[in-house]
Amino acid sequence: MENSNATVLKKGQMAQISDINIDEIPLKLIEMGCLPGNTIELIQVAPMGDPLFFSINDAKVAIRKKTAQEIYILQDSIQ
Amino acid sequence: MYSKTIKVALIGNPNVGKTSVFNQLTGLNQQVGNYPGITVDKKTGICKLNQITKAKIIDLPGTYSLNANSIDENVVIELLLNKNDEDFPDVAVVVTEVENLKRNLLLFTQIKDLEIPTLLVINMSDRMKQKGIELNIPLLETELKTKIALISSRKNIGIEYIKELILNYKNLSTEACLNASSIDEEYFNRLKKAFPNQLLYKLWLVITQDVNFLNLERNTIENNFTRSHSDLKKLQQKETIKRYQFINDTLKITQKIDKSKATDFQSKLDNILTHKVFGYLIFFGILLLIFQSIFDWSSIPMDFIDTTFSKFSALTKESLPKGKFTDLLSDGIIPGIGGIIIFIPQIAFLFLFISVLEESGYMSRVVFLMDKIMRKFGLSGKSIVPLISGTACAIPAIMSARNIENWKERLITILITPFITCSARLPVYAILISLIIPEKRFLGFSLQGLTLMALYLLAFVVAIGSAYLLNKALKLKCKSYFIVEMPSYKVPLLKNVALNVLEKTKAFVTGAGKIILALSVILWFLGSHGPGENFNNAQEIVEKEVYSSQHKINPSVIENTISAYKLENSYIGIMGKTIEPAIKPLGYDWKIGIAVVSSFAAREVFVGTLATIYSVGNQSEEEATIKMKMAEDIDANGNKIFNFATGISLLLFYAFAMQCVSTLAIVKKETNSWKWPIIQLVFMSGFAYVVALIAYQSLK
Repeated sequence: MENSNATVLKKGQMAQISDINIDEIPLKLIEMGCLPGNTIELIQVAPMGDPLFFSINDAKVAIRKKTAQEIYILQDSIQ
Repeated sequence: MYSKTIKVALIGNPNVGKTSVFNQLTGLNQQVGNYPGITVDKKTGICKLNQITKAKIIDLPGTYSLNANSIDENVVIELLLNKNDEDFPDVAVVVTEVENLKRNLLLFTQIKDLEIPTLLVINMSDRMKQKGIELNIPLLETELKTKIALISSRKNIGIEYIKELILNYKNLSTEACLNASSIDEEYFNRLKKAFPNQLLYKLWLVITQDVNFLNLERNTIENNFTRSHSDLKKLQQKETIKRYQFINDTLKITQKIDKSKATDFQSKLDNILTHKVFGYLIFFGILLLIFQSIFDWSSIPMDFIDTTFSKFSALTKESLPKGKFTDLLSDGIIPGIGGIIIFIPQIAFLFLFISVLEESGYMSRVVFLMDKIMRKFGLSGKSIVPLISGTACAIPAIMSARNIENWKERLITILITPFITCSARLPVYAILISLIIPEKRFLGFSLQGLTLMALYLLAFVVAIGSAYLLNKALKLKCKSYFIVEMPSYKVPLLKNVALNVLEKTKAFVTGAGKIILALSVILWFLGSHGPGENFNNAQEIVEKEVYSSQHKINPSVIENTISAYKLENSYIGIMGKTIEPAIKPLGYDWKIGIAVVSSFAAREVFVGTLATIYSVGNQSEEEATIKMKMAEDIDANGNKIFNFATGISLLLFYAFAMQCVSTLAIVKKETNSWKWPIIQLVFMSGFAYVVALIAYQSLK
């Protein structure tokens, strides 16, 4: 199941990254460890719902919703 | 003295405390310069290792990897790939920190591939217990083929061990950690065959990055080995995955994290500081505090500097023998230097706050908080940093726009930042407001203070409005990236903050100082010299006129009339008269005209120019402040020159006009074309002219 992306996570939820859209995800994020197999956790949501503050592969980073939509997660790995 | 120097490059991700390590190693033995051709700060320092050996340490800009995404990061690979560079390191020191070791090690494995002796520093060891992290250092050293210094730069633990490792750098392994070329064996084998003498990883970097080194014909590589952009990106991704596999495997056996120990204090703080109500309230509270300090607290040292310099100038005039040199000193150079020194308190306060906000990790939260709002105006949350720094000086502000990933957002930020009221406008505002706004109170607030505040708000509104229009007008296609690292909150280190404030203030004083000083000398010369009969025979002409009128006139009045006549016929007077038709509709006379024109080099020159013009044109010995001289100045009909309409017109002109050569130069550098600074100059100054014209014509 690859049809959900990182924006479905609720605050405090964690999941495993299944794939990323390589054309849309900047290399800098990949270098931080935004790669298939690593974990992604939603830590905080900005007041107007965007940007989102994630912990990706233990790296604390805020990205816009648009970018988060290009990070796909395994639906049944959400915890 | 020292007979041996070891060259050391300090490398690391942003936010790992690399600069603290640098500060601990070098103390005050630091120098900040520039890399040739670009405006990236080059920080070097000297560290004593033993009786005969010292280390020359370069603090390279923070970078996540050797895949350069910005000019700052380019500096790092350009140095590390060029063996002939005078700063090419004998040893690379990679700084990492305990909490983000996994990510930090990516850069480390890349550096190792360059076969430079490399040692690893793991910083912030004091946080390990609190975070429940345990490390098996000896095993990690074996796995990573390096020596490790586990340190805490905040607590000054382990710095001596780093020095010891640097001293013995020859014992460090130069072997790579992993074989990254296995991502595409066939491709890399071909590459190796074509360039047998070159390091494979260097070749790979030359292909994927925009650098050209090793005297390789870039064309030959490109023709034979080029791949499509997305192919290369896929390979880079593969390389990164490969490296992370290695790092994850290594950390699995060397690092233990007890997650239950990680306190949730940080997330509680985030809940408040990024709260939809409290978050904004706290942010605006902090902004108020900053402005309070800039306008209120710094006025005490500023007044002191102001009076000291005018006293000093008068003293020089009195005690030195009369002559050209004394004039130059007392009318040109001393007021010129005073005009620079007076900014120090404000600049220092501002950089103190910015430095504390950044060091504590709060600035990232502000960026996070503001992004959505700023995006409506075509800006990024990251534009907040340039907009706040812009209240000190547009130059560092425009440079700090560099970490905005999206080109359009960055360009708009660069274009609107000069609208923000910088500290150079402050002396202009201060003197004009005190001339035209009465010292009354309105609802308990000082009317003068309210005017100043209104000017700041007006500039901000115009900046945001321009951003909105630019966002609609600019048709630029670019991918909208936005990545902000959210470092954990820390108490700022006094040493780091102090050094940062010191460095920034020094840079401002020397940078802006040179221009102001040079201009004040030129202005003095132009004001006290002139062409032709009228200037050289001023005394006779005026005396003839006076005596022919048959009235008895006080000699000191005659003297003043002579110097005023001289000034009118000096080079500067002639220039002023020439442009008078263009500025008359705005309500300015030729003296103001000269001040306006000369402040196109830098706004703060306005006050200095008027100071020079009024002191050259005033022979009285008494120590009158420039303000008094300006207030007394009258035109041919006996009306005050600095009346309300002219004052407002000038205030508005200074609020909007693009009057700073250094800013234009930095915009040219940052946007890499003359197009944008020219647009900025024409648009901003044209707008300023129109607004000032409307204001004067409707108020007079």
